[in-house]
Amino acid sequence: MSKTLRTHIKKITEMKLFLPILSLLLVLIINVIKTPNFFNITITNGVFYGYIIDIINRSSELVILAVGMTLVVAASGGADISVGAVSAVSGAVIIFILGGGETSTDFYHAPYILGIAAAAFVGGLCGVWNGFLVAKMKIQPMVATLILFTAGRGIAQLITGGQILYLRVDHYKGLGGFIPGVPLPSPVFVAILVVALTYLLLKKTPIGLYIESVGINAKASRLVGLNPVFIQFLSYVYSGLCAGIAGLIITSRVYSIDANNAGLNMELDAILAVALGGNKLSGGKFSLIGSVIGAITIQTLTTTLYAMKVSADQLPVYKAIVVVIIVALQSVELKRMVQNLRAKFLTNTTKKEAV
Amino acid sequence: MEQKGNVLLQMRHIDKHFPGVVALLDVDFTLRQGEIHALMGENGAGKSTLIKVLTGVEEFEKGKITLEGTRGSFINRSPQEAQERGISTVYQEVNLCENLSVAENIFIGREPKKNGMIDWKQINRKSEELLNRLDIHIDVTKALENYSIALQQMVAIARAVDISAKVLILDEPTSSLDELEVEKLFDLMRKLKNEGMGIVFVTHFLEQVYEVCDRITVLRNGELVGEFEIDKLPRVQLVAKMMGKDFDDLAKIKHNKEKNNEKEEQLIVEAKQIEHIGTIKSFSMNIHSHEVVGLAGLLGSGRSELARALYGADKPDSGMLKFNGEVIKVHAPIDAMKAGMGYLPENRKEEGIFADVSVRENIMIALQVKKGLFKLYTKKEQEEFTDRYIDVLKIKTADRETPVKQLSGGNQQKVILGRWLLTNPDFLILDEPTRGIDVGTKTEIQKLVLKLASEGKAIMFISSEIEEMLRTCVKMIVLRDREMVGTLNENELSQENIMEMIAGGEEHE
Repeated sequence: MSKTLRTHIKKITEMKLFLPILSLLLVLIINVIKTPNFFNITITNGVFYGYIIDIINRSSELVILAVGMTLVVAASGGADISVGAVSAVSGAVIIFILGGGETSTDFYHAPYILGIAAAAFVGGLCGVWNGFLVAKMKIQPMVATLILFTAGRGIAQLITGGQILYLRVDHYKGLGGFIPGVPLPSPVFVAILVVALTYLLLKKTPIGLYIESVGINAKASRLVGLNPVFIQFLSYVYSGLCAGIAGLIITSRVYSIDANNAGLNMELDAILAVALGGNKLSGGKFSLIGSVIGAITIQTLTTTLYAMKVSADQLPVYKAIVVVIIVALQSVELKRMVQNLRAKFLTNTTKKEAV
Repeated sequence: MEQKGNVLLQMRHIDKHFPGVVALLDVDFTLRQGEIHALMGENGAGKSTLIKVLTGVEEFEKGKITLEGTRGSFINRSPQEAQERGISTVYQEVNLCENLSVAENIFIGREPKKNGMIDWKQINRKSEELLNRLDIHIDVTKALENYSIALQQMVAIARAVDISAKVLILDEPTSSLDELEVEKLFDLMRKLKNEGMGIVFVTHFLEQVYEVCDRITVLRNGELVGEFEIDKLPRVQLVAKMMGKDFDDLAKIKHNKEKNNEKEEQLIVEAKQIEHIGTIKSFSMNIHSHEVVGLAGLLGSGRSELARALYGADKPDSGMLKFNGEVIKVHAPIDAMKAGMGYLPENRKEEGIFADVSVRENIMIALQVKKGLFKLYTKKEQEEFTDRYIDVLKIKTADRETPVKQLSGGNQQKVILGRWLLTNPDFLILDEPTRGIDVGTKTEIQKLVLKLASEGKAIMFISSEIEEMLRTCVKMIVLRDREMVGTLNENELSQENIMEMIAGGEEHE
C-alpha cells in the first residue's frame, strides 16, 4: 500500500509542472492562513468581487507578456527586456490616435478598431526591430532589446508630448474593466484569448517543435531544413505583438497613458514568470502553461502582500524573498546538495554508533 | 608477468539504473597493487558508469566497494571524497588551468604556506622534485599552455599521484595524443605501476591495451563478461567478448556488394564545377543510384566541406547541380531536402541531435519540416513512424518519448539515421556515421548502408577509416588540400592506391 502510494507520489513529483503548481499552491495557502476570506467571492452590481478575481484580473497583462517571453526565451536563449517599454509605446499610440492627440477628451477621434490595429502594429513593429537585431545581426538578446528598453519610453513621451493623455470614454474603459452584463473583468478574457490562440498554434502546427529545435541546437535545426534566423525573428515579433496587446489593456484600465509608468518593470516580472514556470532561461524545451502559472503566481504574491498591508515601497523586498524561496525549490543543484548533506549526516551518525 | 599483487580495490555486485535502462547489473571489479588494468567494452557497456560510481560522480543502488587499508566498505559521495580516499581520475580533457604555471597547477588548492603567505619557492621546488621523480623534465614556472596535451596530461597525473593516489583512473587519456606521446605516457604508467599503484585504463584502442596492460575486465550491456589475463586473451577473442557475437559480418557484406552491380543504375547527382570559396575548390562528380561513393582524404582535406556544399549547408559560390535530371538551386538545406537529399552531419552532438527533446521529435523533425508548417502529422502517424524506425534500426530506448540525450552515442546516431530514412531520400550523405560508435553498431550501420544502396539509393559515405569505406564503397573520391584530386573505380580500390592518391605524387587522373 505504502509502496504504491510512494510510486504515486514519485510520479506526481516528477511531473513537469509539479513545482510551478506547488509554488502557486504555497502562496495560496499562506494567503488562506493570513486572510481567511481570501477565497470569498461576492457579487455586487452583477459582477464578481474578491481577491481571487482581483488576482486573475491583475495578472492578465503579465500572462500575455509571459506568453511572448516564453517563445523568445525558448527560441533564442535570451530575454526580451523591452516588453514593458514597448507596451508603453503602443499604449501611447492608441491613446494618441483614439484621442486625437488631445490631453483629455471624452469621445473617440478615430474608430476603436483602428486603435486596436495600431496597438498590434506598433507592438509587432518593435518586435520586428528586436528580431532583426537578435536573429539577423546576431546581437545578444539582452543588449539588442536594451535599445528599446531605454528608447521606448522616450518614444512614448514624444508621442504624448511629455504629458499624461486621458481618454475618458466609457467604451474604452470596457476592455480594462467590465463590459456591461459580463460578470468577469474583461482583461481576463483577453489573456485567455492570447493563451488559447498561442496554445492552439503550438498544438496544431509544429512551430513549437521548431522553436525548441532552434533553441536547443540552431546548427542542427538548419540542417533539417529549418531557418533558425526566421524562427527567432518570429518569436520576437510575437513577443512584440503581445506587448502591444498588453499596452492596450494597461491604458484601458486607467483610460490614459502615462509614458513613464505604463508597464514599468513588467519585463522583469515576465522573465521571472517564465523561470517560475520551470522553463530553462537558456532556451530550448518550454512549457507555455508553466509560464502562465508563473505569471499568476507572481501576481498572487503581489496581491497577497497588499492584502497583508505591505506598503508599495517595501513590496519588492518581500517579493524577492519569496522568489528566492520558490526558485530554490526548483533548483536541481540545491536538491543534490541537500541529498548529499543528508547522506553525509547519516553516514556520520552510523559511524558514531559503530564507535 | 610480475607476481600477483595484493588486492587493492574491490567492487562487488554493483547495480545501477538510469531511467528505463540498466546501466550496471551485478558487476564485479578487482584492482590489484602494481597492475595496469584495462576496462573494456563497447559504448554503452557501462565503463564510464562504473568509473563514475567508483569516484562518486554517480550514486549506485546496490553493491559494495572496499579499498585496501580502509576498514569496511565505503561509498564516495563526490570526486573530492574519492580523492581523499586515494582514488584519482584523469580525464581525456585535461581539467587544469592552462594559464597558470605547471607548479601552480600541481599545488592549486593545497598551497604550502609560510607566515600565512603562499610559499612559492617551496611550490616550485616540490613540483620539480615530483616531476623529476616521474621523469618529466620541464620548467615548472612556465604556464601550462606552453606544453603539449600529452605533457599537460602527465602534469595532471603527477598532481593526482602527489595527492596520495593509490588508485589512478585514466579515462581515455590517449585519444588526443600522437604515437610518441602515447609512448611517453605509457612509460609514466609503467613507472607508477612499479611503485605499486593500481591503474585503471579505459580506452578504445586495442593495441594500446596489449602494449601496456596486465589484465582486462570486459563489460557488455552493463554486465560483467569476465576478467582476463592479458596473455591468455587473444585480440580476436577480446573483440568477440566485447561484442558478444562472432565476426562473420564481413563475408556477408562482400556478398551484398556483388549483387549491387546487377541492378540498373540511374544518374542521381550530377555536380558541375561546384565551389565554395575558402572551403572547397571547384569539383564535379556523378553519383548513380545503387551506388555507395566514398570520400577519402586526411582530416581537413575538404571531405565534409564537399558534402556541405552539395547539401547547401554551405551555400556554393558557383557551379551547377543536377538532381534526378533537373537543375536545382540549393540556397539552404531545405532546398536540398525537397529535391530528395538527406545529410547526416559529421558532428552528432553539435549538428545532429536535439538533446532535450524526445526520440520521436528527433526522428520526425526532418519529415515534418519537409511537409510544411501547416500540415502537422497526427500524433498517431508520428508514433507509427517513430516505432517503425525504433524497430527497423533496433534503437535501444526506454520509450519513444525518452529525451534523446539519455541514449548512448550509437543509438543517438541511429535516431538521426532514422530521421533521414523517414524522409525517403534518393541521395543520402553520411558524414562519419560510425565515429565514436561501438563495434556492433558500426557493422549494423555499414550493413544498412549497403542495403539502402541495393534498394536503389545513392549514398555518399565519408569516413576516416579507409578500411570501412573499402568494405562499403564501389567508388572512391579522393581529396587533398581542399581539392578533389581523383576518383578510384571499383577495380582500382585498394588501401595502397588510396593512400598513394591521398599522399599526392603521381597523378591518377
